[in-house]
Formats: sequence, structure tokens, C-alpha cells
Amino acid sequence: MARIYEFQSKKLLKEAGIRIPEGGVASSPEEARSIAAKIGKPVVLKIQVWVTGRAGLGGIKFADTPQEAKEKAASLLGMQVKNFIVEKILVEEKLDIAAEYFAGLVIDDAGKCPVLIFSSAGGTGIEEIARKNPEKISRISIDVGKGLKEYEVRNMIRKTGISGKLLTQLSRILTRLYKTAHTYDARFAEMNPLVLTKDGIVYAADCHFTVDDYAVFRHPELGIDVAREFDRPPTELERIAYQVEEKDYRGTFYFLQMEENISAEEKAIGFNGAGGGGSMMSMDAVLSRGFKLANYCDTSGNPSASKVYRAAKVILSQPNIKGYFASGSGVASQEQFHSARGLVKAFHEEKINIPAVIRLGGNFEEKAVEILEKYLKDIPGKIEAYGRDDSPEFCARRMEELIAENNYNSHAVALIKEPEIPPERYGFSTVTGKVWIDHKKCLNCLDKGCIQSCSAGILKLEDGKPILAVLEEEVKKGKCTECLACEVFCKFQAEDAIFIHLPIPGLKEYRDKIRGKD
Amino acid sequence: MSILVDDRTKVVVQGITGREGKIRTQLMKDYGTNIVGGVTPGKGGSEVYGVPVFDSVEEAWEKTGSVDISVVFVPAALVKEAALEAIAAGVKLVVIVPDRVPIFDVLEISSFARAHGASFVGPNTLGLVSPGKAVLGMIGGRAERAKEWFKPGNIGVSSRSGGMTSAISYYLTEAGLGQSTIIHVGGDAVVGLSHPEVMELFEQDEQTKLIVMFGEIGTSQEERVAGLIEAGKLTKPVIAYIGGKAAKSGTRFSHAGAIVEGTRGSYASKVERLTGAGVYVVDAISDIPLKAVELLEAVGGQK
Repeated sequence: MARIYEFQSKKLLKEAGIRIPEGGVASSPEEARSIAAKIGKPVVLKIQVWVTGRAGLGGIKFADTPQEAKEKAASLLGMQVKNFIVEKILVEEKLDIAAEYFAGLVIDDAGKCPVLIFSSAGGTGIEEIARKNPEKISRISIDVGKGLKEYEVRNMIRKTGISGKLLTQLSRILTRLYKTAHTYDARFAEMNPLVLTKDGIVYAADCHFTVDDYAVFRHPELGIDVAREFDRPPTELERIAYQVEEKDYRGTFYFLQMEENISAEEKAIGFNGAGGGGSMMSMDAVLSRGFKLANYCDTSGNPSASKVYRAAKVILSQPNIKGYFASGSGVASQEQFHSARGLVKAFHEEKINIPAVIRLGGNFEEKAVEILEKYLKDIPGKIEAYGRDDSPEFCARRMEELIAENNYNSHAVALIKEPEIPPERYGFSTVTGKVWIDHKKCLNCLDKGCIQSCSAGILKLEDGKPILAVLEEEVKKGKCTECLACEVFCKFQAEDAIFIHLPIPGLKEYRDKIRGKD
Repeated sequence: MSILVDDRTKVVVQGITGREGKIRTQLMKDYGTNIVGGVTPGKGGSEVYGVPVFDSVEEAWEKTGSVDISVVFVPAALVKEAALEAIAAGVKLVVIVPDRVPIFDVLEISSFARAHGASFVGPNTLGLVSPGKAVLGMIGGRAERAKEWFKPGNIGVSSRSGGMTSAISYYLTEAGLGQSTIIHVGGDAVVGLSHPEVMELFEQDEQTKLIVMFGEIGTSQEERVAGLIEAGKLTKPVIAYIGGKAAKSGTRFSHAGAIVEGTRGSYASKVERLTGAGVYVVDAISDIPLKAVELLEAVGGQK
């Protein structure tokens, strides 16, 4: 559920023909002054952040003159509210309130339909109102196939004791609210309060929409950059992770930072789950041993090895974690060795000095465990690999024991050095990266295992050197699945002639910055 | 008997010529699912693993006599169209595998299905298996693995997580306990057949003597199962595990459905309701087979 700001929500309502107070958005005190001057009446200033109860947090102020609006704006802009720094405020005419109502749209998972709710007693403490004065609340389940008719809304509102022109006015507004919510794929929409002014007009005085993550692609006009719900703006690392997810459709990479500044004393770990239920179960297992999660991450749905590699690089961009814990459901339908190769590449590049417990259970887990054990035995951190017959609880205990053996050493984030590739080097592009092969080294190679290890069969030998057997355009479109098998084989069993460059935009700069802080 | 699917049920695959469609058709066919056709508009007349491809579900119905179930493997943005097409053609059960289907599309499918007396599993489902009879979707990954992990028996498994559907069933098999049908209801906030609807099917199924449910925080599914038991509509013993014990309110953990808003859908509220209704709620997955052995003996089910 991607949230949008009050001012954005109101714009949608206005386009649908619902009245909103006159006003505008200000990013500076001067802008606030000029909006107030244009309105020419007393105004209200409201911070634009995704928290409820803004009035109680001091985030709503009133001003009688433009000069006063400027002063109040100066005190609101830059203030910290929960996880937000206020960057924008909404400056609106102050309404002359005669009555307040509530209208909301939620999706009912039991009825599998949207439900529109109206309260003639306002929305503050709506659950309390529902208990004490149920006659003031009315609701209607909507059949999405049939749509919502205005007369249905009229009959709903009528039951709360409202009649006359007010009834027709409110019916029109609520019908339009539903249409707007449907048009913009809202997961949740509310107008709280709906204000009836003393001159008999109803305004949406406040309004909140959250948009369905899965439908954000239909609404580029909303400018949602990270289509995931957060109770705060996304962190810089989350934005970097989201870019990876957005550019690679193969499988899921969900990354959520639980804590941004982990101290060296904290018992925090980097967490890499796989599959929704398996990740949650694994998270519960590590948390019950007293660990904190620096992050929550889920790489599932058959992700490419390159995606898992990038996920590991992002997770390992968090200083002071004491260990790396990866675990899924245990019996995954997907082939597990792809994830194993992604982790091998990442852990090698990082030369991690913290322990890792990797539980990759499911199809071909034996091969996955073998890859991890064989290729990660020489890095500083101790790595243990497990499969479906080892429980998450057992793996969490091993994590704890390994961290103790490692004297609670903290992870130090390494700098990222972009590779220098000689111009004459053989290379080709893949979906998200580039494969480089040092043909000079290939001359010393006897078994040419890269050809056999390539599951997509895109390489062939020419004069003893591996080259593309198919067109580069096809490779770039996905013929190369970025399984990393050629690189892993060549690095550990042959000449270390293959290097697959999988850039993660913004990560180098991010690491430079956090290392600068130390 | 098993529920929803057996070896005679006639199945088509929508999106059969796509990457996932092709691979999973092989899995289903190798396992023994009665796949009678595939559908990809514009590719009618071709074949995938010996399965004839048609241009529409209606055409598949005409050429094969009738279709009971459609398994959908098309991109998320096209799922609504595909599901409506299948239901309009007369298909009574649609299995929607893709992830990231917009929720209003799901609501529209639901409305259409209700009007046509059809139902659907998913979206975002790994699928279901009636062990020894048929697989729908992609659960198990490969037929030989699905045969090894899941065995016929008396336990019905319903789960909001795909991986956990397999994991629980595998641990039951390892303990010598077979399954009647195992079903991943899907990880989204709104799904077609949810836990309570699946429970009612298991209640009617003679083969099922015991039910295992993997629940998660968020949605009202587990609370509604408690409601069914309290209303006397579910009398078979139920073992449940609820994921997300340690999750904070307001934060989503992977599954779109796994989000707690306020106290509604929280771990504590679910466990309290289920325990109150007489469900055996376990703390670790490894406790499930132990409890299952004990309960099956009590109800006289066979190992």
C-alpha cells in the first residue's frame, strides 16, 4: 500500500468534483505567506506527513494573516514528526464548521469486496461510536462488477438520520469517493472529516489514500517512487534495493530496513529470508533468540542468482551486523543452487568476517549446500549451510553459537571498487550486467568447464576460447539467465578468467558515505 | 476422495506457451494431472509437451468436451482478463498462480465468479496437490520431487505460504503421514478460496480426518476458521501454526496479506481465537507431525 500525501489525495478528489478547501502546498515560509495572501482569509497550516493525529503532535496551526502564516510555516517546516522531517505544508482556508462527518472505503477480505462506511457523528473514535450509537454509522458492501449507484449511497446515508439537500450532497460526494478510489486502485481511502460549513456546503477537509502496490504501474501520474508501504519515507538503502527489484522482474527481492544506525554493541543480524511464510517463520526463530534484525529481506519466487547476489550486497551494506542469516520455508519448489551461487559471489567479493548460516531447503538443496560449503571455506567468516531437515530454530541456535565463537565481531562495510577492464577484453551484455572473459587465461585451461556449466548453453569454444554461441541481442534479452555458474566454476576450478559485473546503482556512493561517518 | 482436484478432473493451462506455463505443464502432466489443453491467443493449433494449444478457453471446451479447471500462468496485468474468460466459458475453478495482481482485479474476478457459481484459488498461489492424483500450479517444482515429498493420506493442509505448504507436507510425509489434499490459498490480502472455505471443503471430504493450517498475521481468515468451529460447521481436529509472532504492527513482511493494522489480524488475537475454539496451535513447525500422530490415532485415521 503506497501512501500518497493529503495534498495529492485532495487533488484527486477535486478532479472528481468533490469540494476541497481553497489552498496550496508550501515548501518555504514565503510560499506559505503568498498562498495565505491569495486566499485572503484566515488559514490552517497542515504538515504533509504520513502520520495520523497530526493536531496532537503540533502539526496543525492556524493563522489570521499572511504574516502570521509565514511565521507559523517557519515553525512547522523542518520539524521532526515520528520518522519524518516536514518538507511540505498545506495552506488552506479555515472552514466555518457547522458539523463533521466521516466517510471511508476499506477492502473487506472476508466479503471480497470494498465496503463504504459513513458516520454522521464524525470519525474520531469511530469504533466507540459504532458501539454506543450504531444508528449513526452505516455501511454498504460494493459489488465491483456492478459498481455503485448514487441511490444506494443515498439509502445508506439516510439510515444515519440525514435528509434533504445535505443527503443529496453527501450521496454525490461518497459515490464520487468510491469512483475515485476505484480509478486509482486505492487500497484504502478516507475523508475525515467531511465538513459541513455554516453556509451549507460540504468539503473534504482532510483526506487520505493508499494505493495498491500491485497497481502502481497503472498510475505513473501519482509519482510513487517506491511502491511499498512504509510508516516513514524509504531509507536510502531501501531506494537502492527497490531499483534492483524494479529493473529485474525475475522473482521477488523485498527489502525493508528495520534499523538504520546499528551500534557495535547491538546483537543485530542481516536477514535474508525466502518466501513470505518461510521468511516470517525464520524471522520468528531468530528473534526468539534475542537477535535484532537490521533488515528484513525476502528473495523468493525463483529469483536469478544475480538478484540474490545484489540482495546480499545490499544486506552487507549495513555496518555492525554480527552475522548473516538466510532461511526460507525449507522445502522450496525452486532450484536452490541459484541462490547459493549468488551468495558465493557476494560473500567472496566482500570477504566477510562475520559468520553466516544459510538454510537453502528444497529442490536441489544438496547441490546448493555443496556449492556453499565448497566455495566458501576459505573466506574469513565461518559459513554453515543447511537444508530442509534442519529446522529454523536449530539454525538460529547455530547463528548464536557462531557469533559467540567470533567474539561478537562487527561487520565492517567494504568499499566498492568498480573493475578496470582492459579495452581488448572479450565481453557481452546480459539482462542486468556484463560478462568479461580474459581469453589469455583460457589458453592455460584444460577442461573448459565454463561451457558445460552454462545451463542456458550460450557459450561455445573457438580456438580453445569460450565465446557466445548465440546472438548478443538474445543474450541481453534474457537468454543468459545470469546463473553465475560459469564464473563460479572458472574462479574456483579453473583460471579465474571470467568476471560478471553486476552493478548496483548508488551502492558505491552509499557505502562511501556511511564509511565516511565512522 | 481429496478436494477440488483428482486424476479425472479436466484441466487447461492458460498461458501454456510462456516460460512458466511450459515448465509447469510438464510438471503437472508428468505427475498425472489430466491436462486436456492449453490456451494462448494466437497460438492455437500448436502443441506444448503433447498438449494441444487453443486460441481461447471456449475453443478448448468445444474441442475437448468440457473443462473443469483452468490454471493461469499469464502476466499479472492480464490475469483478470484470463480469469473472466475461463469463468465465462463455464470453468468452475480457476487457479491463479501469478503474483502482483491488482486487488481491484481480484475483486472483479470474485464478483464475476460469484455470479457464475465458480470459485478460484489465489492469486499468488503455488497451487495445490491431491497426492497420487494431480498437481495444479507449480508446487513441488518437478514431478519426481512432488511424488517424493507428498504422499496420499488423511491430512488436509491449507497454507497462506507456498513454501510452507510444501514444507509442512514434506515433514508430515517424513513422519509417515500422508495428505488428502494440500493447498496454498495464496499470500495476498484478498484471495479466492481462503482458509475458512477450504476448511468447509475438508469437513465434507471423507478422506480428510485431520487438518493442518499455516496461518499468518493479517486478514480475518484464521478468525473466521475459529468462527466456523464455534458454529459447529467444522468438527474435524485442526492443528495451526501462525507466522509473524514477532512482527510489528503496520509493517508488511513480504506477503501483501501479512500486515497488522491496529490489533486486528495480530498474532495474539488469532492465537487467542483459535485456541479458544479448540484448535491446537503449535510454536514450531516441527511440533506439527508429533501432534498429528497423536490426533490421528484418536480419530482412527491410518498412517
